[in-house]
Amino acid sequence: MNSLIPIDMVILLAAILFVMGIAGVVIRKNIIFMLLSVEIMLNASALAFIAAGAKWGQPEGQVMFIFILVMAAAEVSIGLALILQIYHQHKSLDIDILKEMKG
Amino acid sequence: MDNLLWLIPGFPLVGFLILTLAGKNMSRLARGLTGAGSICLSAIVVLIVGWNFLINPPAAGNYTQTLWTWFEIANFKPTITLYLDGLSLVFVFVITFIAALIHIYSIAFMAEEADDARFFASMNLFVFCMLILVLASNLLLLYLGWEGVGLCSYLLIGFWYQKSENGYAARKAFIITRVGDTAMAIGLFILVYQFGTLDIVAISHSAPEMWQAGSKIATLCALLLLAGGLGKSAQLPLQTWLPDAMAGPSPVSALIHAATMVTAGVYLIARMHVIFQLSPVTQMIIAIIGAATLIIAGLSAIVQYDIKRVLAYSTMSQIGYMFLALGVGAWSAAVFHFMIHAFFKALLFLAAGAIIEALHHEHNMFKMGGLKKSLPVIFWTFLIGSASLAALPLITAGFYSKDQILWYSWASDGGSPLLWFTALLGAFITAAYTTRMMLITFWGEAKTHLGMRPGKLMTIPLLILAVFSLVAGFIELPHNFGHVQLFSEITEKVLPGTNIRAAVSGEFIYQIIAVLTTLAGIYTAYILYYRKPMIIINLKHSKSALGLYQFLLSGWRFDKLYDTVFVRPIVYLANLNKDDVIDKFYQGITWLTGRAYRALSFTQSGSLRWYVMGLLIGAIFILTIQIIL
Repeated sequence: MNSLIPIDMVILLAAILFVMGIAGVVIRKNIIFMLLSVEIMLNASALAFIAAGAKWGQPEGQVMFIFILVMAAAEVSIGLALILQIYHQHKSLDIDILKEMKG
Repeated sequence: MDNLLWLIPGFPLVGFLILTLAGKNMSRLARGLTGAGSICLSAIVVLIVGWNFLINPPAAGNYTQTLWTWFEIANFKPTITLYLDGLSLVFVFVITFIAALIHIYSIAFMAEEADDARFFASMNLFVFCMLILVLASNLLLLYLGWEGVGLCSYLLIGFWYQKSENGYAARKAFIITRVGDTAMAIGLFILVYQFGTLDIVAISHSAPEMWQAGSKIATLCALLLLAGGLGKSAQLPLQTWLPDAMAGPSPVSALIHAATMVTAGVYLIARMHVIFQLSPVTQMIIAIIGAATLIIAGLSAIVQYDIKRVLAYSTMSQIGYMFLALGVGAWSAAVFHFMIHAFFKALLFLAAGAIIEALHHEHNMFKMGGLKKSLPVIFWTFLIGSASLAALPLITAGFYSKDQILWYSWASDGGSPLLWFTALLGAFITAAYTTRMMLITFWGEAKTHLGMRPGKLMTIPLLILAVFSLVAGFIELPHNFGHVQLFSEITEKVLPGTNIRAAVSGEFIYQIIAVLTTLAGIYTAYILYYRKPMIIINLKHSKSALGLYQFLLSGWRFDKLYDTVFVRPIVYLANLNKDDVIDKFYQGITWLTGRAYRALSFTQSGSLRWYVMGLLIGAIFILTIQIIL
């Protein structure tokens, strides 16, 4: 494990990815894109774990990455199933049309 | 004999329970028999116990029966213990004996009443509470009885509750006595705090050791206990409820508001005499209050037209005598006067009740008249009662008891010429208003048609009481003739003797003066109301006399005074605070919460993006704070 790439840069990349993910969740109207953005956020945090694990030479970083990977897979499968159901019932994937609370 | 004590209050309690639970399903006769029978049984037990007590005086000077421990908190362990000594024996005897006669009378008196089960139940409960009051060995149990008789007094004054004035009178009696009771409760708290117990014997033993005579704490305690006594016994300044309490049925007035409950104050002071002896100031106050009350009430009695109100004011005045006696240290004389007064005042109230019943519920004496011929038994018994009240010399019991008080108010070490003179003036007034009542009620022309005549059930109790009103005085004759002291022998073990001032002599002269005063009072009333009634009629034309008449008729306008000083300001403040000033603060809190809720509910839009933004902003906010700090 050498430090060709400084940890700061990796963390910065993770932060940029995370912010992009969040921006996607906030801005996008389509649920599928929102789900994609959530995946990007998950991967951003996973990247941060990997970098931290590499920095201190600990295995926990990679353990956490496996966890996140599994969780992301589960999340995507359930999320896509829900989205399919929503589309069946409402014939739309626009989050603003789907909202039912009056506030 | 000790183990019979519980039967004395037990029988009235059983009577009360039977009448309350099953009264509606019993026949009228059965209700009357239960009501009167329970008290008669109790009276018989008292006679047996009392006889034994007098024949074989117990070594300890009392009978004590502990029934059970009431409750236990740390070291404070009041028990339900009945305690009978000479003093409580006198009270128990008077209570059960007179109550039995009054209950028998009530069977006839209540014959037309629909709700007689409630009447007898309340009366039995009253007798139970009163017996608990006088038999209690600790002040807590005494206070239970004390509050119990107050409750029964309230229930029975308002017996005819359909008329709203009666309910008002009942509430007035209850609330005014409550003022005194509260003071008394505070006094009990101080006693517990000081002695750690409320046992009367224990307190009486340790008080003189713990407290110096005249010390502040003794005076405070004595004054607080006195306040309780003043409320119950209708003495100045808590006396205004008694005349209105006459709204109740006549047997109630006879039993509760003449013979027993109103003398509970006398009992309390006599029972706690050790504490009062430690505070000479309080003793002096008692004497002054007694003297003031007997004059104020006596002068009011002289102008009343309602026969029961005359008797009510007279009761206040006679209890004033008892307080005067207690104040000057003539303990035994006060209790003796209590006993005699119970006999003749119960007699007068019962007789007045019979007259009122016979004249279709007419209370106004001026509409009676001429009853001498038509109601001979009532006339003679009423005459005997009146004679005893006026203290007619030698033949009546009232003379012997009142003479003692007059003598001690001069001669005892607490006495003074002023107290003696006031008492003497009171004797004059008593004789005058009693004679006036007799003349207006029984002489002259009949003004109301006579209804039903009282039957045997009513007249026999009257006759028995009349006999006692005459002969009961002979058990305690003055030192200078007869010198019979049967009564003092009963009480001397409990109550201290009266100290006579050294430089006093000539009891005989004072007796003659008292006799002459009584006769002068009778003669004055005889002149004014029989021989020359024009004097009174002329007086009624003068404005100042009429004003004085109104002033006395209303009981020295005490009601008006209290109305202005206490009731009005409180009502005014209550009106100011109608919508609760303090509540405004809490209403403000609810208003604010409501507003905040409305504002925040706007954010719950269901828009996922807003939620995420919220989360994000929150997270950034927290991170920023962490970085900055």
